[in-house]
Amino acid sequence: MIELEGLTKRYGEKVAVDNLTFTVRPGIVTGFLGPNGAGKSTTMRMMLGLDRPTAGDVRIDGQHYDRLKDPLKYIGALLDAKAVHGGRSAFNHLLCLAQSNGIPRSRVHEVLDTVGLTAVAKKKAKGFSLGMGQRLGIAGALLGDPRILMFDEPVNGLDPEGIHWIRNLMKSLAAQGRTVFVSSHLMSEMALTADHLVVIGQGRLLADTSMADFIARNSRSYVRIRTPQRERLLDVLHAAGITVVETGNGTLEVDGDKSEAIGELAAQHQIVLHELSPQQASLEEAFMQLTAESVEYHAHTDPAAQQWGDSWRRG
Amino acid sequence: MSTPQTPAPQTAPAWQGAPGPAYPSYTSPIPVVRTHLGHAIGSEWTKIRSVRSTMWTLGVFVLLVVGIGLATAALVAANAGEGELSGENPLSFGFFGLLLGSMCIITLGVLTTASEYGTGMIRTTMVACPSRGRVLAAKGVVFFLVAFVVTLVSAVLVAMVDVALLPDAREPSGSEWLKGTLGVSLYIALLGLLSLAVGSVIRHSAGAITIMIGLVLAPLVIALFMFSSSLEDLRQALFEYSIPNQLSVFYSTSLTETGPSGWDPLWIALGVTAAAFAGAFTLLEKRDV
Repeated sequence: MIELEGLTKRYGEKVAVDNLTFTVRPGIVTGFLGPNGAGKSTTMRMMLGLDRPTAGDVRIDGQHYDRLKDPLKYIGALLDAKAVHGGRSAFNHLLCLAQSNGIPRSRVHEVLDTVGLTAVAKKKAKGFSLGMGQRLGIAGALLGDPRILMFDEPVNGLDPEGIHWIRNLMKSLAAQGRTVFVSSHLMSEMALTADHLVVIGQGRLLADTSMADFIARNSRSYVRIRTPQRERLLDVLHAAGITVVETGNGTLEVDGDKSEAIGELAAQHQIVLHELSPQQASLEEAFMQLTAESVEYHAHTDPAAQQWGDSWRRG
Repeated sequence: MSTPQTPAPQTAPAWQGAPGPAYPSYTSPIPVVRTHLGHAIGSEWTKIRSVRSTMWTLGVFVLLVVGIGLATAALVAANAGEGELSGENPLSFGFFGLLLGSMCIITLGVLTTASEYGTGMIRTTMVACPSRGRVLAAKGVVFFLVAFVVTLVSAVLVAMVDVALLPDAREPSGSEWLKGTLGVSLYIALLGLLSLAVGSVIRHSAGAITIMIGLVLAPLVIALFMFSSSLEDLRQALFEYSIPNQLSVFYSTSLTETGPSGWDPLWIALGVTAAAFAGAFTLLEKRDV
């Protein structure tokens, strides 16, 4: 269990994390979501005692991180895959971490095996690919068999097989009763792994909700229909009191989950359907709407914007 | 601290206001150990022996100290005329190698702390051991012992061979033996320890190494060009307290008659290093990693 209370971090005038209060509960995967620069990594560094909060407090099972006597057995953290001395072998990297917490040497072999790096254990970390680096970081997080796991953007740089592996790993860790806290800027990724969702933007808390709630509230579900007998279907649906929206390319959309009712109506009136498919608006869209105002770095997509080079042409 | 730190709270922590529902909590089969400085020292020992830069800097150090020390003595033995060496301390020919070699110890000292900032390893280290002072102390202990032992072995080897190569020189006294081996080794290791503290403050390898090499060489070089008589006192002080001159005091071959003598350089180095460590500890606690 991780508890944040009014956690704030300021760098001079700039507020990186603004009065964050939430709880990360055990036994589930909590997704920590926000656009780039939202303050996710800063928050995680404060949780781990790396950055000092300007105000507020964060406690791990009721204690401050730097008071923990056996930190690696409490929390395993993957901050970024590059937090490794490139000249050291994977085995020695993990060994020095294990020794600092009195973890037996045999455990190093175990975690290397878990992440599938046994074959390259004696190789220098600088020769590792991004994915192998992530695996080494995850091995370090698992070293103390901790009850809390924290992953900062764990799927970055992983191939599909690796992404699949880490998703299952996180779920199985949570199923064992551990607290799993994972940050991402990809809503679609979170939808597949997280049970609970904490969304921040520009350091402020935007949502603290269960994943199911978030999906129910934020994703519009609708039915997409294609039919050669468009006029007849419109009449039938209209008579049944179902509102239909015509989209440009010959398809019809009906809000809500009414595919069965529509199918039955069509059958009743012997209307041919080429497509009848329930759809969900992407969570990515919902997430972008939620954080739209708090995105720090916008790309200019306005087509009416000045043409490149306008200023100096005019000048 | 009076509160017990035993893990595995099956209920919500007491400081929490409303008692929440009991949650499932994972309990690891790995035995819980209360960590202490010894663990951190073991970890730092693994770190220092598992990177190639340690082998390179120490290898070059031994090569410089032993190579130059023996070559100097051989050159002296070949060129010295009858009776010329009678008043000389044969140990003093180890000086040149150690002066050059100190650059390697400085480099290793800086790398021990600063390289972790360069690679990002420091975040992993501090997560594994959140007591920042303990990390710095462990680094200091491990580095000092390594630097001291390597310097002592090289210095003793050079001293014994030099004495054997120069039978015409006078027999060094017991205190000269002690200063020329143990004394210089402690001094060089302290110089490395100072570099380690500077590396922790600067957090940048190249910057910290530059500062330390400047500290070793600049006072002497600047003093060399102080021709004005009104600067005579400053020039004298720069000469006497420059690190090369302090090092030569251990061989009783100081540039001047006044200034530090006997074991003084060691106490000066001890004071400066202690002050640097106090600063490094304070900054480490205050700053973000």
